[in-house]
Formats: sequence, C-alpha cells, structure tokens
Amino acid sequence: MVESMSVTQGVRVSGEGPRTVPGFWRPLKPEEMVISMGPQHPSTHGVLRLELIVDGEVVVDVIPHIGYLHRCFEKHAEHMTNYQQVIPYCDRMDYVAAMNSDLGYAVACEKLLKITVPERVEYIRVIMAELDRIASHLIAIGTYGLDIGAFTPFLYCFRDREIILDIFEQTCGARLLYNYIWIGGLSHDVQPDFADKVRSFCKIFRPNITELNNLLSYNKIFVERTANVGVLPADVAINYGASGPVLRGSGVKWDLRKNDPYSVYPRFQFEIPVGEGKKGAVGDCWDRYMVRVHEMEQSLNIIEQAVEQIPAGDVQSAIPKRIRPETGDVYMRTETPKGELGYYVVSDGTGSPFRLKVKSPCFVNLSALPAMCRGAMVSDIVAILGSIDIVLGEIDR
Amino acid sequence: MIPQEIHEKLTSRFGDAIPEARLEGVHDPFIRVAPGSIRDVALFLRDAEDLRFDALMCLSAVDYTKGKLGVVYHLHSMALGHKITLKVDLTVDAPHCQSVESVWKTANWHEREAYDMIGVVFDGHPDLRRLLMPSDWEGYPLRKDYQVPEYYNGMKVPY
Repeated sequence: MVESMSVTQGVRVSGEGPRTVPGFWRPLKPEEMVISMGPQHPSTHGVLRLELIVDGEVVVDVIPHIGYLHRCFEKHAEHMTNYQQVIPYCDRMDYVAAMNSDLGYAVACEKLLKITVPERVEYIRVIMAELDRIASHLIAIGTYGLDIGAFTPFLYCFRDREIILDIFEQTCGARLLYNYIWIGGLSHDVQPDFADKVRSFCKIFRPNITELNNLLSYNKIFVERTANVGVLPADVAINYGASGPVLRGSGVKWDLRKNDPYSVYPRFQFEIPVGEGKKGAVGDCWDRYMVRVHEMEQSLNIIEQAVEQIPAGDVQSAIPKRIRPETGDVYMRTETPKGELGYYVVSDGTGSPFRLKVKSPCFVNLSALPAMCRGAMVSDIVAILGSIDIVLGEIDR
Repeated sequence: MIPQEIHEKLTSRFGDAIPEARLEGVHDPFIRVAPGSIRDVALFLRDAEDLRFDALMCLSAVDYTKGKLGVVYHLHSMALGHKITLKVDLTVDAPHCQSVESVWKTANWHEREAYDMIGVVFDGHPDLRRLLMPSDWEGYPLRKDYQVPEYYNGMKVPY
C-alpha cells in the first residue's frame, strides 16, 4: 500500500464535520492496512461493522460503525398516543433481556407520575428482572464460548435458559418480547405454581454453574484466549462511562441495585462481584466474563429471597387509567444485565412523551472498544467484542 | 453535596455563564449554563475536589419546537454520590455548543448522536460525524418539523 493512499480515499465515501481527528483521518502508513469486519460477521453479535486498521497482525485502531439496526425508537415513542404503548418498543431494544428494558421504562414513568406500585408488583418485578438477568448472561456466556471456539457450553447454557423462558411463557405468554411490566403494574398476575417453578429452577441451576465453570471458565484454552486480553483500566472505564460487567470487570465495585437503589432491591442480601485479575490483569476479558458467572449466582440469591416474601395483592390496582404526567422531565436509570440503562423522559403534559432519550449501556460500552483493542491481535478482537456483550438492538435503537 | 451548594459554587466561579437554576419543585434539579461556557463548567465540576463529577450519565439533545433546541447533561459523582443536571439552551439558527468530549469520553458518541438526530453542532468535538444515519443523509430526524424524504439516493423511502 503506497503512502499517498489515505483512509478517506480507500474507505470513507463522505463525511460531515471537521476532518481533523488525529489518528484516523491521517493517511495510512505504508505498513498499515484497513480491514472491514462485519456488518455480516458471525461474531459481531448482530449487524455491527468494525473498521480495523492493522499493521500485520497487530490492531492499530478500531472504528466501530453502527446504525444498521436503527429503527427510530425515540421518534416512534414521540408519536404514540399513550405512554403504555411505548413498552413493546422497549422490549425490542435489548431483546435478550426485555424484562429489564421494560422495568427501566416503567420506573422512569412512575417517577414522572409520582406513583408507587404495590409490594406484590415490586417483588414479582425483581424476580422477573433477575431471572432475565440470568437468561441474558447465559446467552452472553454461551455465545462467548462460541466466539472463542467452544461449542458445547452454548448448548448447556441454552438448556438452562429454556427453563426461564418456560416460566416467562407461562406467566405472560411470550418467550422473548414480554410486554409484561407495565407502568404502575404488570400485564398478568403470576400463575399459582410460579413460586414452585422458580424454586425448582434455582435448585436445578445452582449446580449447573459449577458445571459451567469446569467446562468453560477454567478451561486452559479458554483462559489462554481471554486472560490478559483487552485490558480496560478502571479510570478509563469510568471516563468512558462504561457500566455493568464491563465496569465491574475492571475492579470497580459499582452496581445501581446497591449504589442507587430502585424498586425493593435494598431488602435483599447480595454481593457485587468484581474482576480480581485472578488469571491475568484486572479488567481483562476473563474478568468481565467471570463477573457474569458470579452475577448469576448473586441473582439466584436475590430470587431465592424474593420468592419467599411475595405478598398478596392485586398487580393491576395501581395502573393509571389515563397517563398524563405534568410538564417536566426525569432521568431514571436501572441496572440491566448489560449495565446502566437510562431513560430521559420529557413530558409536555400530553398523553405521549415529548422526548424520550435512551442511554443504552451497550452503546456506551461499545464506544470504549477502541480503548481495549489498540495493540491487540486481530484474533483477539473477537474475544474482546464478545466480552463486552453487546446487543445491537439496544445500541441502534 | 446538595444542588443548592453546587449552584452557589458555580455562580461564584462563573457568574454570568450560569443564567438560571431550578432546584426545587422539579424531578431533577437543574442548572442552566451558557453554551459557550459548558466545557469550562464541566471541567470544573469534574476536577474540583469537593464536586468530582466523574461520570456523565446521559447527554440528550431536545427540540423544544418554536426554534429552540437544548442539550441536557445528567452528571453523577461515583466518588461522592451526588447528582446534578445541566441544561444548555440553543436555537435552530445557532445550534452551536461546546463539546465536553475532552472531559468525559462518554460524550463522544452521545454528541455524535445528538448531532445526527437533532443537529446540534458541538464545537471542539474531534470526530463529529453522523452516527446512526448514513453519512449522506439530509436533515435531522428527531427535529419536530422533520419531513421524511421521499427518496434516498434514488430509492423510495418506505413508511
């Protein structure tokens, strides 16, 4: 590749804004090459395109390109006739953890409306959110193994996820996009055998985590591929605004369920797992992966406590018949499996949001990808990307 | 630190750059900042020993209609545990605001998204390109008066 050839000639068609960014808008060096990874690539977990600038096998820089799954969620929300109608769209953001997306929107709107929901609703919400956290982490762990080349753990993870989806299906009729958590309540009460099914899941699943650890977490090949790869130091993670397992993997003990609590989380005993650098440096891919494994154990602890305490009551008694919040705006954030999901809702006193902005955890975590990838090998990019656990439905919205 | 104290600190330091604040009777207490001072204010909020706003939770641009735009910054201090909201008022004719990308890297993509969707131009942003829409898209989709174009590069835009 000749020195005069620039990135703008080779890759960029047109761009807006100032072309003065140091690094990327410079001409390529003779030894550098641009590789496009995605948007159709098995390990990008959706339609994501990464532009890799490589020097041989070493990655000099990464430029993520997103927007392939953009479907105007925020514009749609403004055009709804009712606040409740936005919830099915929230499902479709983080579609592997839809309960958590719904919960975030519901608590944001409840804060705007200044309504409190019945205790029974809060407990069922917590159980559902934690079950969904396990379901989401199982996908993250299973597909991460798949990315690295371990096929079998994927099947084990999906076997366990199936039990959770069956519980959801029995409760609200849907296995993926639930529309279950409504503003002020729930769409259905749980079935009479719900508590037994949840207890039985906890009993089945706890030993399976040990099995997963033996199969994948401490597997020598897996550790070699992930330890000391894609290290994200704690201060960089905070400055990028990373959250969830990406932030905790860097050793920062930060979980909104404890640090900025919502719902009934303060009533439960659980730990915040953080990356400790057991296999390599603190904040490497293995730490981020292991935080998810430990979080599943902690979610089980929460579920086991909550399921014993569900009070009686009506789950729809607090659902407002007509939702017209006062003029004002509110920002509310919740801890989803991917990290801090925030909703900024602006109301102008009408029946639909004037503006709804979503702060997506995957969006912010992905923006820190270049900081993790510089200096890594090309094959490590797959390992690093998988360890962030992105869902493009939430990034592009 | 409570919002009143944060507001006092900012007014004593920046004076006219802090035109207004609403600290009571609203869900999230907010302080209004002049668009030309937001970077200095942000830097001060991040680095002052008793403020230490190390995290930008969210950056949103809003089209308030009637030619008014706004940018809303939700800040949080992970070290000290307090929160504050900053608001910057802009107009459609002069949608220029200072970038805080150099203060919090979180702002990099959020500002690109705000530019892409609402058309706020962040001066000093190192790489202000469209993020979600194609780079040759025209118009700002989240503006309230936005009209969906009939054709894009000769293709009919279905609705």
